[in-house]
Formats: sequence, C-alpha cells, structure tokens
Amino acid sequence: MTLDLSLLPDGGMPWITASGAHADIVLSSRVRLARNVAGFAFSPRARDGERLLVLQHVREAAVHVDLLSQAVSLRLDEMTANERRLLYERHLVSRELAELDAATARSGAAVLGGEEAALMVNEEDHLRLQVFRSGFDIGGAWERAGRVDRELGAVLPLAFHREFGFLTSCPTNVGTGLRASVLVHLPGLVLTQEIGKVLTGLQQMGLTYRGLYGEGSEVVGNFFQISNQTTLGRGEDELCDHLERVVSHVISREEEARRVLIRDAGYIIEDKLWRAYGTLRYARSLGVDEAMNLLSGVRLAVGLKLVAGLSVYTLNKLLVYSQLGHLSLAEGRVLTESEAGLARARHVRGVLAGEGGSA
Amino acid sequence: MLCDSCRERDAVVHLTQIVENAVTQLHLCEKCAAAKGIETTIAMPKHPLGDFLHAVQHPVSPSAGDQTRCAYCETTLRDFRASGRLGCAHCYTAFEGALRELLRRVQGGARHAGREYTAPVVAGDEREATLATLRTQLQQAVVAEEFETAAALRDQIRALE
Repeated sequence: MTLDLSLLPDGGMPWITASGAHADIVLSSRVRLARNVAGFAFSPRARDGERLLVLQHVREAAVHVDLLSQAVSLRLDEMTANERRLLYERHLVSRELAELDAATARSGAAVLGGEEAALMVNEEDHLRLQVFRSGFDIGGAWERAGRVDRELGAVLPLAFHREFGFLTSCPTNVGTGLRASVLVHLPGLVLTQEIGKVLTGLQQMGLTYRGLYGEGSEVVGNFFQISNQTTLGRGEDELCDHLERVVSHVISREEEARRVLIRDAGYIIEDKLWRAYGTLRYARSLGVDEAMNLLSGVRLAVGLKLVAGLSVYTLNKLLVYSQLGHLSLAEGRVLTESEAGLARARHVRGVLAGEGGSA
Repeated sequence: MLCDSCRERDAVVHLTQIVENAVTQLHLCEKCAAAKGIETTIAMPKHPLGDFLHAVQHPVSPSAGDQTRCAYCETTLRDFRASGRLGCAHCYTAFEGALRELLRRVQGGARHAGREYTAPVVAGDEREATLATLRTQLQQAVVAEEFETAAALRDQIRALE
C-alpha cells in the first residue's frame, strides 16, 4: 500500500494554516482524550485478534460520529516505516504508535483522520482522540473533542469506573483522560533569559512542558508544548480553563520580552535574525536541529515585522516538510541523515526563493 | 536579586501567582520561603512518567500484595510496578487499594471529578444477534486455525453471556 496523504482532510493538519489567534506565537492548541473500549484488555496486553476486533468496533462506531463519519482509516501495521514516520511528523500518531525504533508495527494500530478530529487506535490505550486547532484555541479544541467523545461513547461502550473515571493503561491518564496542550514559540523569553522562571512557574501551577513532538522529545527551536500534568480530581472545563489562563499569561510575557529586545538591543537582534534568514536562504546542507533553530529566528523576525513577504503559514509548512520523512517522500526514497541535510537545504532554499523576504 | 521579604539574602525562589487574573510575583530567599510554607524544591516533577515509575517501584510497603493477580488479564501487581502499565479495566478493581494510594500521591487526588458516563446497554435482541454472529466468527476462526482471534472472540462471548 502507498500512503496518499492527500486523502486526509487538511492533510491531517488543520492547525497549519496559522489562521487562529496569536498564530505568530502559538502554533496549535490540542485536546487529547484517552479512552478504552469495555470488555477488552488494554492494547499492549491484548492479543492480536483482540486489537483487530477493537479496530473493527471503532470503525463501525465512528460512522455514527459527526466529525468522524467521513474519516479516512489508515492501518499503521500495513505501512512502511517511512509512511508511519510521515504521520508522526504531522502529529497524527505518537512515537510509540509509529514505533520508529521497532522492527514491526503493532497489529491493529490505525489512525482515523476526520475533518477536525483524529483517532489513534490501539496506541497505549484503545483510543486516543485528538482535536487540533490553529493558534490559541483550547476552548474550540475541547468543545469538539467533548462532542466526539459523547457521540462515540453513546454507541461504543467505554471502560469507566465510578471512582476513578475513564480507565487508561497508565494511571497518569486516568479520570478525565484529558491532556490539553498548546505548542508555543518563545524565543523572546529564551533570549531575555526569562524562560527559566516561566518554566518553573508553569510547574508550580500544575502544568508541564515538553518539546515539539511531545513526550520524550527535546526542546529545539524554542518550541515548547505546555500541557496539564494531572488528569484526575478536576473536571475537564477546569483543566482547560486553567491551561488557557496560564498560557495567556505566558503569551503576554513573550510579547513583553519581544518589546524589550527591540527597544534595548534592536540592531543586535535584527542582525542575528537576518543572519538566520541568510543561512536558510543560501546553505547547501542543513541538519534538522540547525534548521529548527534557524527557522525559529526567522519566525521571530516575521513576528517582529522585520521581514516582510513571508507568512507564518509558510513557516509552519517548513517545520513539517523539512523533517526526514517528508523529505524522503519528496525524493521518492528513504534518505540517510546526511542525504537529508542536502535535501532539507534544497527544499528550504526553494521555498524561501519562491516566497521571498524583504527588509 | 534580593529577597522581597528580608531584603538581606539572595532570592532563590521565584513565585508567580495568578489570583482572579491578577499576576503577582514574589522573589524569596530559601529561609523566608520556608517560613511562608513554600516548598523550595519544585513539587511538580519535570518528567511525570519517570517520577511516576519511581513512585510505583518504591511503594510504601514494598512487598505488600505483589502477587495479587487480575483474574481477567492475569497482570500481577508486580508486573504493574515493573512497567507502570495496567493490563485491563479490571486491574483497577483488583489493585484498588494500592492504586488509590498511588493516585493520591501522583495525581494529587483519587476521585474522578469530570464527566460522568454510562455505557450504552446492548438490548436483549441485539445481544442475541451479536452472540450468534460472534459464535459463527468463532467457528470460522477455529477452522482457519486463527487461534488468537478465536480466543478474543471466546472472551467476547463470555462477557456478553
């Protein structure tokens, strides 16, 4: 089977358009709900046959769910490793489900990609429902995720306990099963060295942060994924509202840091950011972390209106399309990291030459 | 930066509070922070899963009930302590006491406060029809020697019966 990403509504990336609020600072808002189907062992413990039955039940139930009724169903266990990587790079499957380090994929693992919602099937939990929104819109993501959850749960019996709530494979997700997260770009706070205080503050307020690709990923390019730490003992609205309030404050701090940078170090910043642009525009080989860091600089330059003619949408696309899996897809073969360095530089040069940037 | 309270020692604790949308920042030295009852080490773990596993692997009473086994999926409390993963929904009942204690420590509470849920009930007629389909599928799986599928179907039939 050859994976046709164009089959997925919005390519599975409704967030990429940069059409939401604060899109220059917030890439995306996401709400994820972990659920399990009653009557089956959780996916890691289940037999192959059980996982396939879970998938069958989920597909049948999805037909009755508004946002999933037209969903494209993709079997991860029938894909090549690079095809799974493509979905991982689009944030549609977790690292565990893409099993990038494993020789074989888990049977029955699948993704159902709908208009505004996506379901991972047979991850650590039977169901991981995800709703992504462009920019800062936790409320919009939760409203849609809650709706899908109610419609799905009305036709598919889910594992629920009166005291512990929705039951999950790992007790860190039990209760609401809800993880709300916001992917933010905070170069201003990093450059003004305020970031340490902000991150400490987040942890004191029951939130946590990770890198661009969530759990287990390093922070590169000044991208931070901020999310709630606990899932039990507080309601869904409360968890979402709390995250929204704190992230609003982080956004204000980032905007303030950017004003300080321009006021106190205008030409130094301008020079630094144009150098980043120059490297991306003319380099012949780019490592993945290097590209992320340079793109962070150009993103800041666009946010500060130093560079005109380059959109945040283009920068969002560059983040995804300069990853190894997407470069391999474009080249028609699986690339080594050194080959990818050349392909990455070529791709970025082409995009920047096309869209241009001017002072 | 000097401590906001004593103005003598360096501030090492930076506390940001949001109360009704008003943000206040307090910079305190270790002594004044302790005097105000503020933990000087960060209470929230940076790597929740790592800390969680640590909590699982170092229980209050290390050997208590390690052999307890879930009758449905056969996961033992020892398995759970090694992997941090439960095997099925029934594990929550089998290990209820240990989990309640653990959830209080890791999640800060042990009672669900979110949406209530009642699973859809499979109606009698529909149940019979589903059982008939499952029994046919079971026979086919046995003939085709697909034993994994057959075992899963058998469990489904038992659950419905």
